[in-house]
Amino acid sequence: MGEMQSVRELVLGAAPHSPSAERPSRHSALVRATHWITALSFLALLVSGIEILISHPRFYWGENGNVLTPVLFKLPIPSSRSLVPTGYGYVLPDQNGWSRYLHFQSAWLVVSTGLVYLVAGLVSGHFRKNLLPRGEDLSWRALWKTIAGHLRFERPSAAEAWSYNLLQRLSYLFVIFALFPLVIWTGLAMSPAFTSAFPASVTLLGGRQSARTIHFFVAVSLLLFLLVHVGMVWFAGFRGRMRTMITGRIDGSLEDA
Amino acid sequence: MTNLSRRKLIKSGLSAAAGFTGLGVATGVAQHYGLIPPDHGGIWGAGETLDYASYRLLTNHSMAREFARSEISTTPLANEMPPLNDAFKKLQAGGFADWRLTVDGMVDRPGMFSLEQLKSYPSRSQITQLACEEGWSYVAEWTGVPLSHVLKVAGIQPQAKYVVYFSIDPDWWDSIDMGDALHPQTYLAYGMNGGDLSVGNGGPLRMRVPRQLGYKNVKFITRLAVTDDLRKFGKGLGSASPEGGYAWFAGI
Repeated sequence: MGEMQSVRELVLGAAPHSPSAERPSRHSALVRATHWITALSFLALLVSGIEILISHPRFYWGENGNVLTPVLFKLPIPSSRSLVPTGYGYVLPDQNGWSRYLHFQSAWLVVSTGLVYLVAGLVSGHFRKNLLPRGEDLSWRALWKTIAGHLRFERPSAAEAWSYNLLQRLSYLFVIFALFPLVIWTGLAMSPAFTSAFPASVTLLGGRQSARTIHFFVAVSLLLFLLVHVGMVWFAGFRGRMRTMITGRIDGSLEDA
Repeated sequence: MTNLSRRKLIKSGLSAAAGFTGLGVATGVAQHYGLIPPDHGGIWGAGETLDYASYRLLTNHSMAREFARSEISTTPLANEMPPLNDAFKKLQAGGFADWRLTVDGMVDRPGMFSLEQLKSYPSRSQITQLACEEGWSYVAEWTGVPLSHVLKVAGIQPQAKYVVYFSIDPDWWDSIDMGDALHPQTYLAYGMNGGDLSVGNGGPLRMRVPRQLGYKNVKFITRLAVTDDLRKFGKGLGSASPEGGYAWFAGI
């Protein structure tokens, strides 16, 4: 029982009035650690992904797609390959070697971190308690109220520092259970080795070029989430929220408790 | 308090020792089963090793996807490449009649093969995708002789682990392990989409390894060297790619 208790505390954080806690913890150690490893890996994946993209900033659908094929769309940026017709008079330096190494190394890190988070989150009830919207909250009215509050740029109340609001819960769940799985799947679907073992991983998406195009859009969605997320942290009080995500403590919590 | 910190110290010391021992054992086991790529050193070694080890464990008997004839691309792009050297141009002028493939290293019968000889062996065709690390791709029908057949003719020795292959361009060479070398879809390709393999696409002879990306499919092959140790070639990283900053394993 004691062991179970400590696992719960590691993942969930001690309850504000738990006798074993000297200070209440807003985010458990595991959530904080996995959060920052994921943040770091995502940044590495983003930079290396952009570098790789620059070598061919054109998108297609289906199996075939190269400079001789009509595009679905292309990005108005220069390329690191002279064969790509970009309209710019210069070619950027090739950075794909280290970018590809970094991309896959970071992918291993983020996937294994994600698995640890997933298992711990299921065992501890983190998803159920902290992320699944509470029954009474899940209504169009409640959702609209939260959105309207955001649109009026209302600063979050002190109570909101202790729990995620409905919009947060829904967007975090979407990122964790939709965007991340999809970006991993579409990434693997571009690997000729992986698809030789699991051909359905790419045929279900409509082909290698479709997988690449979806991978791009999911990455853009994750980037948009990151920008809004950091923006909201800024809005709610950057220093305080950062301190809480690093130490687990909320400013003044001792006095409040 | 001191008791607690001493216990903590001993505990963390023991777990660190266990961790290192575990890592050592894991490395030994991985080495034994051939799961360590030649470019496993340096800051990217961890990711590269995980990529290659998963490949060896997951895809030993898997086949690259094959396509219907209707899915063959009308734009089989011949990628840009460095200017062809004089040796190539001379052979090209002679219609490649004097093109030779040298096979040496750990084989019982080292020798030279002309294109005519290679074409006299049972030919195979596959409709597979060539995908470049840059992101583009095309599907084409490739015709050639399975590499395994040429290796059988030369008689590979039991201790052989890798096949190193060289382009006529001295800066371009690569290698694959025996799993890939003996894989039924690994060809020395000389034909494409029903005709001769064009020079742009690597003719007269190109290594075709469809479970790996384009740059592993080296053009203008003139030599195969069978070996048990990649450290004997170039800078010891297994191919020209890691020397230029690219991964040796190109399955992803």
